[in-house]
Amino acid sequence: MSSSSYLFPRKRESNMTRSLSLKQDNPIGAKRRFNKDYVWAYLFISAPIVGFMIFGFIPLSYSVYISFTKFDGFNAPDLNGLENYRLLFQDPLIWKTTVNTFYAALGIPIGMVISLGIAIALNQKIAGINFFRTAFFLPTISSVVALTLLWKWVFNSDFGILNQLLGYAGIQGPAWLNEENWAMPAMIIQGVWGGLGFNMVLYLAALQGVPATLYEAAEMDGASKWQRFRYITVAGISPTTFFILVTAIIGALQDFVRFRIMTGGGPNFSTMTSVYYLFENAFRYMNMGFASAMAWVLGIVIMIITLINFLMSKRWVHYE
Amino acid sequence: MAVVTNSSMNRKRNKSEIMNRAVAYVFLIIGALIMTVPFLWMLSTSLKEPGLVFEMPPRWIPENIIWDNYKVVLTESDLLGGFMNTMAVTLPPTIVGLFASAIAAYAFGRMDFPGKNIFFMALLATMMIPGVVLMVPSFILYKYLGWIDSWKPLMIPGMFGAAGTVFFLRQFFKTIPSELEDAAKMDGLSPFGIFMRIVVPLSKPALATQAIFGFLGGYNDYMGPLIYLNSPEKYTLQLVLATFQDAYNAEWTLIMAGSVLALIPTVILFFFAQRYFIEGITLTGMKG
Repeated sequence: MSSSSYLFPRKRESNMTRSLSLKQDNPIGAKRRFNKDYVWAYLFISAPIVGFMIFGFIPLSYSVYISFTKFDGFNAPDLNGLENYRLLFQDPLIWKTTVNTFYAALGIPIGMVISLGIAIALNQKIAGINFFRTAFFLPTISSVVALTLLWKWVFNSDFGILNQLLGYAGIQGPAWLNEENWAMPAMIIQGVWGGLGFNMVLYLAALQGVPATLYEAAEMDGASKWQRFRYITVAGISPTTFFILVTAIIGALQDFVRFRIMTGGGPNFSTMTSVYYLFENAFRYMNMGFASAMAWVLGIVIMIITLINFLMSKRWVHYE
Repeated sequence: MAVVTNSSMNRKRNKSEIMNRAVAYVFLIIGALIMTVPFLWMLSTSLKEPGLVFEMPPRWIPENIIWDNYKVVLTESDLLGGFMNTMAVTLPPTIVGLFASAIAAYAFGRMDFPGKNIFFMALLATMMIPGVVLMVPSFILYKYLGWIDSWKPLMIPGMFGAAGTVFFLRQFFKTIPSELEDAAKMDGLSPFGIFMRIVVPLSKPALATQAIFGFLGGYNDYMGPLIYLNSPEKYTLQLVLATFQDAYNAEWTLIMAGSVLALIPTVILFFFAQRYFIEGITLTGMKG
């Protein structure tokens, strides 16, 4: 180490003693240096903290106030007490869109089971793992707009590839996105297809993290294949299952973009989700007060469901 | 373990392993087909003559491969302009925001200061707020600031960093051994110098992962531009692509050509940086 590195702290130490000598003789010389580092630290964290204040905390607080007003985004907000919240419970579309949102969330367990299946298959020392992984992963990196346009074409009732393929099997496919009963199943199919890759990557990593010795020990003890799967694999990957479940539910409750492009919420509101309806209220009908009330109720529902998830997880998630 | 088992058990196990793998292959091949067929269908459609997409039964490989759809989309629509806009909107916040997040993550991960935990918890709390709650008040804030119909709402907030990135990088920085840092301190390097000269070079893969995800998020964003932009000349790529639905009503050859073009940059990025994608997702999941 060069001599300058010794010189530098010594110089600082002398500064130190000068400034502190009034109070007491401090031979350690640590305090002042730390204070200077504090300044660096506060400087370092300032951007995200300031950013959160301006773009998070202020709008968030403001939206609480807005939710108690009639506000079109242009004229001054007009306080109307709990009117927005009262209307929330009377608006039949709120109930319909809520049911739709939970209906669409049925895709979550379906997608989780399939992606776990794919991950298990990929974990069998498969040749061409990169090819398969890429195939499943492609939708994850693709833009929602391109994918939804593509699926609109796939679901096209007359010329879409899906009904063509069903036709080969002798099945007359429905008009998917144009039929009230089939539009949501179509959206679920599209959603499951698009989400497989992400979950598969997570599950694959989790499977590789389950110690092989556990399987060997269980086999020696005469555990059946199913028992090994149930008590070693499922338990071993439960933290990942939990992570996917929590993030997927939070995402599904706010799902909106693909519905807007593929169905426009139709036919007859059968695919209008909560956030889609919120968006329409805010930016189409300019009911910003009502939309804010919706957002808060939805936000609180999401937080409650997440909390319940965390509480329930103690029963079935096993950390090592 | 295998040493203890006798040969008949070994054979049995080999047999079942072969069966397992056969089942796995069948399952994966069917799965891969389901995943790729829509993409191939998109590609095939984009190379067909406009009238031929309504041909029955459909042809997978067009008789005449036509590049005209791409030519039309590139010259007549605003897709290229949208792409340039997307780059202009996405790249600066990706880079500046990553820097802001990284240096904050360094302070949270490796420095000591009063109130550290409180600030960190506050930042983490922002990750719990569902994005939907911010949709309306953000719009009002940007309107008040005069940012509507400009790129500012899409760029400036991101430059302050993101809580998720801070969290991810903090976890990573915690794994860097402290010896190097101590030596640098002895050499009189300031905390900023340590961050730039020691921490950043050691963290390139983690930073690259976050940069890629940040860029991808911006490139694929549709909701932000939809809410904040009105003038077509300011539209980002995704917004331009979404207008294809109305602009090229039922002209599926053109809509698919546009979609293929919009996917190309991310697919290229994925092929070059596959490792970072996989690692990034895996690490995100591990913290759960």
